[in-house]
Amino acid sequence: MSTRKILVVGNGMVGHHFVESLVGLDTDVDITVIGEEPRPAYDRVHLSEVFSGREPADLAMATRETYENWGVKAHFGDPVVRIERARREVVTQGGRRFSYDKMVLATGSFPFVPPVKGADNKRCLVYRTIDDLGHIKATAKDSEIGVVVGGGLLGLECANALRNLGLQTHVVEFAPGLMGVQLDDGGSKMLRRKIEALGVSVHTGKNTQQIVTDEATALRMDFADESALGTDMIVFSAGIRPRDQLARDSELAVGERGGIVVDYKCKTSDSDIFAIGECALFGGRIYGLVAPGYRMAEVVASQLAGQAEATFQGADMSTKLKLLGVDVGSIGDAHGRTEGSISYVFSDERAEVYKRIITSGDGKTLLGAVLVGDCEDYDTLLQYFLNGIELPAEPESLIVPAAGDKPLLGAAALPMTATVCSCHNVTKGCIIDALDGGCCSLGDVKGETKASTGCGGCAAMLKNVVETELSARGVVVDKSICEHFPYTRQELFHLAQVGEIKTFQDMLGQHGSGRGCDICKPAIASIMASLWNEHVLELPHVGLQDTNDTFLANMQKDGTYSVVPRVAGGEITPDKLIVLGEVAKEYGLYTKITGGQRIDLFGARQHQLPEIWRKLVEAGFETGHAYGKSLRTVKSCVGSTWCRYGVQDSVGMAILLENRYKGLRSPHKLKSAVSGCTRECAEAQSKDFGVIATENGWNLYLCGNGGMKPRHADLFATDLDDETLIRYIDRFLMFYVRTADRLQRTSVWMDNLEGGLDYLREVIIDDSLGICAELEQQMAAVVGTYQCEWTTTINDPEKLKRFRTFVNSDEEDSGVVFVQEREQIRPARAEEKIRLVASSK
Amino acid sequence: MEAVKQDQWEVVCTRSDLVVNSGVCALVNGEQVAIYYLPDTERKVYALGNRDPIGKANVMSRGIVGDLGGKLVVASPLYKQHYALETGACLEEEGVFIPCYDVQLDGDEVHVRAAG
Repeated sequence: MSTRKILVVGNGMVGHHFVESLVGLDTDVDITVIGEEPRPAYDRVHLSEVFSGREPADLAMATRETYENWGVKAHFGDPVVRIERARREVVTQGGRRFSYDKMVLATGSFPFVPPVKGADNKRCLVYRTIDDLGHIKATAKDSEIGVVVGGGLLGLECANALRNLGLQTHVVEFAPGLMGVQLDDGGSKMLRRKIEALGVSVHTGKNTQQIVTDEATALRMDFADESALGTDMIVFSAGIRPRDQLARDSELAVGERGGIVVDYKCKTSDSDIFAIGECALFGGRIYGLVAPGYRMAEVVASQLAGQAEATFQGADMSTKLKLLGVDVGSIGDAHGRTEGSISYVFSDERAEVYKRIITSGDGKTLLGAVLVGDCEDYDTLLQYFLNGIELPAEPESLIVPAAGDKPLLGAAALPMTATVCSCHNVTKGCIIDALDGGCCSLGDVKGETKASTGCGGCAAMLKNVVETELSARGVVVDKSICEHFPYTRQELFHLAQVGEIKTFQDMLGQHGSGRGCDICKPAIASIMASLWNEHVLELPHVGLQDTNDTFLANMQKDGTYSVVPRVAGGEITPDKLIVLGEVAKEYGLYTKITGGQRIDLFGARQHQLPEIWRKLVEAGFETGHAYGKSLRTVKSCVGSTWCRYGVQDSVGMAILLENRYKGLRSPHKLKSAVSGCTRECAEAQSKDFGVIATENGWNLYLCGNGGMKPRHADLFATDLDDETLIRYIDRFLMFYVRTADRLQRTSVWMDNLEGGLDYLREVIIDDSLGICAELEQQMAAVVGTYQCEWTTTINDPEKLKRFRTFVNSDEEDSGVVFVQEREQIRPARAEEKIRLVASSK
Repeated sequence: MEAVKQDQWEVVCTRSDLVVNSGVCALVNGEQVAIYYLPDTERKVYALGNRDPIGKANVMSRGIVGDLGGKLVVASPLYKQHYALETGACLEEEGVFIPCYDVQLDGDEVHVRAAG
């Protein structure tokens, strides 16, 4: 039997998810993908973020290489124009033919533009693809006023985009209220009130008759009620229509109002053709959200992999989102249309919060809910709804802000099938499997299941489930740093700070037991350094340090050390380069350029370190802290000074940042970079804090890293001036230093913060904890007490005693043996050593 | 017998050469000996071979000392295994040992008995 040919028409989010799912099932099939757009699938849900600084490339869900690696043939920019079912072939615009055994249509939808006279004006646009964004941006350049036609979910998302482009923004809606599908009247009114307070004008019940050109503004919209609105551009975002033309032309069954009819296996009227996502009509309904589309994709992938029982049963359309910064949630029957249902409403016009729950007549089952202005209750309500859990005796207590605590829906009450994360379809059962498979923290579970890594809305629920499950299995999550201190690193930091404890012995005496170990000693030494910034080789601290800190150099496998002087921002003069070369030559050191734009000198014996550093310090070098859990380097590209494309002086900023934070001891090493333009040559997005220049200032990215588990940094704030940038980084670093676990990089730290990036923004930008002044002060103290650890050391005979190889002899360690390779030294391997030692005897 | 052994004691350094709650290295009869100074224990000084049998480098004097489950230990600075200061036994890998040396303080002098 030859390999089955699977043809996927369409490469949007759902089409891509299908391919990913099928590849993941590891079946022997030959997959071909044909996409209309010139680029592989990207994240349409977060399209509007491009207007607040995100790069279109960041939205990509796949690259051509991804498909290549999967062995999938992919063709972009040449759409299918005809299906020839009899021959099981399709024809593209470019005239290419592809045959199939099974075909999956994932053609998606197109934006609905109402048939209004004048809507074909070139200043009338739609909002659907990356290319559309480009047109919107270009038209906005010479516009002051922008109108969005459509007050639904997409329309408001689009209004946010126009607002971010600096336009005076209007929303025009045909229906009497905003988001009529998801919200009831009360919720809709509250949403309108909040949006208007943001400066967006809302016009409801408006039926556009015609669009004409005008003198004052570029365009004028005339409405049926004889009112009019002047504007410079119009974006239609009034709903979607399934793209079913291919199906129609090939006489597949389609719905009366569009959509390719599919059954519960997502099969069309031709059993060799499936349709998934927004082009498919299931049970008389188009599912215009990404999650149901993903379910359909998985159902078809499973079938093609031989799991015949997979079916699509319809999907819950409950949704929670932030529109123009307003929290909006809608669950089930939001309008209370179920016969015999009753509802409970809470409205607070001062705080601008509206909540309503709709229950069965006996008040025992939740049928629907509307939340505007406060979505805190969403997760709990959704679980009641999805799992049919019986409501408490007084259902209103679920939404009314009571003096005491709300009745909590414990994680234990959830059935195994309860969906915790709807973005990635992670059930309570999946979480338990992950825990059974060895995960033992929230961060582990997130990494394993992807739960809470989509919209992040389920963060609190996920934490609840993980913690409940861990304690249910008797796993006492012991966060003690080691047997000597029954505290976490964060608690120890707090104890040291509040108690003004300055030595390990005092810490042990007041809060610990025993003598300490190689876990708690360096951790507390680091806390002492962050708080009081005394020299790490001062007597009370010297025995606490890992060998790298003790000898202010990095121990290598043979017990010798490497030396890395600071080269801030990677900028170095020829004179200094010559000094490095001369020192390396004099001591016969191996030299290598590091990834952090510095020069590493290997093979120094411990007694040579002070001599080497005396020469380096004399030449103006400082210690590079390559040995410490501390700031390593701030890498930079060449920036606007030399580069044709640079928009800011990235080298200058990198040097400023590196000199500001050098010497800061932290829970783990810290890396940073500054790029002078969006081309990002310094790779700032792979750093703990990365800075990318914009025409208006700097974008700040936080919590990225390379290494074993690479993670892109998240865009934290945009277009900052120098002062604000540094203030935010001060706060970020100190908050991390204060609260992270030992050896926890910033990325894992943030993943374990409840609320993640948003929470971090609240703390750092909005000062929600009221600690920003203190954080800044603490940073100022560290910056103010900086000393080059090597300069101090070479001038202190007591400290230098420690660098002797032997306390009673000037001999060298005979176990250190080098051989030559590529014109430099390297440590001899065991068998080489034996040979060399034998021949010397 | 006793007298012969007595003769092998060697003065290697003074107390001021030691580092409190940490180690230094001495060359005794051609062998590298790590000497740890824990002044608030009964014995006060401990000595082990300087070679890390797992990392295969002479680094043990540069490890962090402390206690685990009541046992005094030093951690290898290379791969962090722990060795008991009293016996030289590795806590993580059964059957791995570092040789122990006799060591004592005599006034200000540090005496080590070289292996016979």
